[in-house]
Amino acid sequence: MRAYVFLALAGFRRYSTYRQAMVAGMATNVAFGLLRMAVLVAAVGQGPIAGYDVAATATYVWLGQGLMAVVVLWGDKQLAERVRSGDVVVDLYRPWHLQSALFAEDVGRAGYAVVVRLVPPIAFGALLFPFRWPSAGTAPVFAVSVALALAVSFGMRFLLNATTFWLLDNRGVQALYTALTWLLCGLAVPLAFFPGWALPIVWSTPFAAMLQAPIDVFLERGSPWPFLAGQAFWAVVVLLAGHLVLNRAVRKVVVHGG
Amino acid sequence: MIEVRELRREFTVTTRTGRFRRDKRVVRAVDDVAFDVAAGEAVGYVGPNGAGKSTTIKMLTGILVPTSGHVRVCGVEPSRGRRELARRIGVVFGQRSQLWWDLPLRDSFELLRAIYRVKAGDHRARLRECVDLLELGPFLDTPVRQLSLGQRMRGEVTASLLHGPELLVLDEPTIGLDLESKERLREFLADVNAQRGTTLLLTTHDLDDIERLCPRLVVIDRGTVLADGPLDGLRAEVAPERVLVVDLERPARLDGLPGVTSHRVEPNGLRHHLTFRRTGTTAAALISAVATRAEVHDLVVVEPDIDDVVRRLYARR
Amino acid sequence: MAESVYLKLVGARLRGQMSYRASFLLQCVAQAVNQLAELGIILVLFNRVSALGGFSVGEVVLMYAIAGTAFGVADMVAGQLDELPMYIRTGTFDVLLLRPLGTLAQMMASDLHLRKVGRILAGLGTMAYALNHNDIAWSAGAVALVVLAPVSGAVIFSSIWVAANALCFWVVDGQELANTVTYGSNAFTSYPATVFGPWLRRFFAFVVPGAFVAYYPSLALLDRPDPLGGPAFLGWISPLVAAASAAVAGLAWRTAVRHYRGTGS
Repeated sequence: MRAYVFLALAGFRRYSTYRQAMVAGMATNVAFGLLRMAVLVAAVGQGPIAGYDVAATATYVWLGQGLMAVVVLWGDKQLAERVRSGDVVVDLYRPWHLQSALFAEDVGRAGYAVVVRLVPPIAFGALLFPFRWPSAGTAPVFAVSVALALAVSFGMRFLLNATTFWLLDNRGVQALYTALTWLLCGLAVPLAFFPGWALPIVWSTPFAAMLQAPIDVFLERGSPWPFLAGQAFWAVVVLLAGHLVLNRAVRKVVVHGG
Repeated sequence: MIEVRELRREFTVTTRTGRFRRDKRVVRAVDDVAFDVAAGEAVGYVGPNGAGKSTTIKMLTGILVPTSGHVRVCGVEPSRGRRELARRIGVVFGQRSQLWWDLPLRDSFELLRAIYRVKAGDHRARLRECVDLLELGPFLDTPVRQLSLGQRMRGEVTASLLHGPELLVLDEPTIGLDLESKERLREFLADVNAQRGTTLLLTTHDLDDIERLCPRLVVIDRGTVLADGPLDGLRAEVAPERVLVVDLERPARLDGLPGVTSHRVEPNGLRHHLTFRRTGTTAAALISAVATRAEVHDLVVVEPDIDDVVRRLYARR
Repeated sequence: MAESVYLKLVGARLRGQMSYRASFLLQCVAQAVNQLAELGIILVLFNRVSALGGFSVGEVVLMYAIAGTAFGVADMVAGQLDELPMYIRTGTFDVLLLRPLGTLAQMMASDLHLRKVGRILAGLGTMAYALNHNDIAWSAGAVALVVLAPVSGAVIFSSIWVAANALCFWVVDGQELANTVTYGSNAFTSYPATVFGPWLRRFFAFVVPGAFVAYYPSLALLDRPDPLGGPAFLGWISPLVAAASAAVAGLAWRTAVRHYRGTGS
């Protein structure tokens, strides 16, 4: 366990060295937040949509801008690169559970992202736009929801990366994943905007657990428990699936030599 | 072929000294370098890391513009006539590739033919020659990413010769190669220099490359030329001592031989290392002197190796 | 002669990218999905409102289709400039400088993003649909607009890409700022300019000439006056704006490469 704590701390420190990149990232984040705000406000400004008024929309946008860096909505390629280069053999023979180790590192990275990527856009949004703060009691629930979102996102990314054990080139899968995430996680528009018939579908994917769920918890859109239950369900499913896939992959690497 | 005078290149280096404070410093990577290379020569450009070798190469090839000074390569000023020069020289970087990593070697060559506008006949002839000499045949149709480093380097060298350059610049061409690949590459380059008359300029850390390929050496350190001349001459100048190593049939004392500056015996008493200067005696005289004292089983004369020469050059500074 | 070199470079890329055929096809599909997902979002919004920034769903989709097609083409041609920091870091850019061709053309040709074909096709499909579902008075001028708008838009977007990425020669982490301008312009041009506040509009419509990609040409096609009060001729000058952008971008690139060779990396 101690080892995983150290890995998490190392993950935090690794990302904190890129300071110039962080400033650039913040500027980008704000610019895109403003563009998204404009389009959505043009819609909800004519009257609230599905319970989203201007304040809720602003909160939704700026919270989303911050959260997307914490949970990493697009794929990451670290493990995939290591699989392709063959370096993964080193990782597999270390006395750790690879999935847990990577998760620990990702938790550290996310911890850093909370400080530099989640707080600034929220502060920016709260200062310049009408903003809807939750009641004090929601804060810990929101924290849990973000943690679960991270777990689901990590699990999905791990599965995505693990495809490289079988596919030489997984860029196609990666690209498709990014396209689907963007549509279904609630980044483009709140999922509640979708027509009634589509709602059960979009809410039954793991993508909703990665972004829209914590945002809805923050906005106190109904009881938080169904959101958390859904997130927990997906977290368990994708992490377990990742574990099984890893076992298969290890057997493949060990038996067939990669 | 190459003409360099008072060449200087400065870089501004910013270092973070505090949270917000930055220090700007001007560093002279190349400081008043001058040398000439005649057509057909093969010259080694040697120096430790950070001596200014790569910076010089970049200025010779037109990648980098000099801060001041005069450079002419093939009669062209590289910084102005980059494209014209590119047609007339070939460049091999040991650590970066000019090949298309996901295409077969053959396709990369075909592309380069188009880029350099080489006539089909010339291209075929040059390619055939390289394929024969460097034995590229077995992997011509393999994507570059699947080649071993040795195979890839042979591909890189071929790629840089297909347009028939007058000058071939090689930056660490043998870095990372195994001994056999190194030897094969050196043999080929020596051949290119001797048969085609292509001028060679190469930077290297591997002094065997120089020993094998370059009659002349330009040594650079901290941005300036430390020495320039034939390898043998430099050797005589800075490392005039040679060592006679003799194995005797039976232990014997070899003290006080004329011309010997130092003498070391190995613990078995059979192998003696006799250091002598060219000016003090000759190898022949020393050998006969030894023969009068003891029965000689075997002997060899060791020249100071080029490592020694370069090390002494730096030490002398 | 010189053109055939670039054609060969492009052909080589096609072969290289097709070496993983399944992945390549999937990437094409993903690009199309991406483009259609953006369309889906517009439709989702219009499911809830009847107008955005004073424009109907058909009109917004028309702007979106022109912008999407133009962006797809630009992304295919200039998208690999996103790799510039990697080229500089690994010294690959030096290799380009060693060849007897221009660096910008080499970069564009050497890694054409052919998978963007998916996005372009989806964009063209959307455009055909939108042209059918808007009330357009067809004339020779309108036809010319339909052809010229996406082409000019592609040139404008490509120029933005070149100019923004030239920044990477100065700023190590300039990539993300460049993305703000390139991908941000795409986000901006997909919706009517009236949706955005004055500051965003000033930057993305005029500093970066994003409004000339889809907004003004669409107004001209629809024969609508500009709610922002711009004169009608603005809808017809996109090709001029494109030419000017290309000139500025070319100049920026030249300056940047000169800076790179002057100071090294």
